Amino acid sequence: MLLLQILLAFSTLSLLAIGGANAVLPEMHRLVVVVHGWMDDTTFSQLFALAQAAPGPNILAASVMGWHIAGPSGMAMATIGMLLPAAILAWGMAGLTHRLRGNTWLKPAQFGLVPIAVGLIAASGVIMADAAGTNGLSFAIIAVSTVFVWRTRYSPLWVLAGGGALGLLLL
Amino acid sequence: MAEIPTKLELFLGYAKIGLLGFGGVGPWSRHVIVEERKWLSERDYAEILGLGQILPGPNVGNASVMIGRRFHGFQGALLATAGLYIGPLAILVVLSILYELYGTRPGVAPFMQGVAAAAAGMVMGMAIKMGQNLRPPPELIVVGLLAIVGAAFLRLPLPLIVLVLAPLGVWLSLRRSWKRVA
Repeated sequence: MLLLQILLAFSTLSLLAIGGANAVLPEMHRLVVVVHGWMDDTTFSQLFALAQAAPGPNILAASVMGWHIAGPSGMAMATIGMLLPAAILAWGMAGLTHRLRGNTWLKPAQFGLVPIAVGLIAASGVIMADAAGTNGLSFAIIAVSTVFVWRTRYSPLWVLAGGGALGLLLL
Repeated sequence: MAEIPTKLELFLGYAKIGLLGFGGVGPWSRHVIVEERKWLSERDYAEILGLGQILPGPNVGNASVMIGRRFHGFQGALLATAGLYIGPLAILVVLSILYELYGTRPGVAPFMQGVAAAAAGMVMGMAIKMGQNLRPPPELIVVGLLAIVGAAFLRLPLPLIVLVLAPLGVWLSLRRSWKRVA
């Protein structure tokens, strides 16, 4: 019963998550803490931070919460609930664009969505910078990292490792 | 110029994207697919990402379904998606167990703070680079700037931003293509 509730709660979130994990954070908090009472506020924010610390899409915060609520099977239910509905829609959309590919209007129509994707990526960068920029050093790391990724073709791993090392030494 | 990945390459490429995706997988997805392995051009990739953006769910996750399907049908979609999530999930299992055992440990925080700052710069750098490579016409640049203002400064709900700007962007882009034909 609990597992079914977890599956349903995260499936609902999955369909609301236009824009990814940060878009559903408030609704996730409402469902998990307020409606179902599966954890308190502090645990919620710690688990979200834990998920941010791991690689992978931030939406996997759902998996960590599932684990906390009901162990491995809770993690499985939360992950499936979060991923499957969105994946089915994406599959359908891919089929639709494939069927329409002969139409001359498809490419320009699709290109009209590109500035929104790029704009929202830039916006999440700004929001992340707002949260991470706590002092002079962190602003310096943000600035160097921006220019590094923008102007070079080297792997972004270098700036992440460098940022972490500087943080460890100086923050 | 585009290189078609085998099923194994598709899985491994996405496994790399998932495992390296500290601070979000967006920059890694583009780095691996466009710059490193050249499966798609900047424009093809951005168009798929644009579709992924208006659907619910992480845009890179939606893109993995669509890109996997494009190269190898259902198996491709499954392999790309599995590759993307399998590494991070394994790590999250370990982290969840450690969290249950030890809670949050001191000393990790400053390191993570530095990584978070670098990740913020990484995401902004990628957005600038994509914008530069794609060279959109002025009216679409305005749509992109509106998205930035709405999401980052006004903090409007993302579904609202997508609902308003998606029709606008599509219409502006179509209008330009009609003008070119006429």
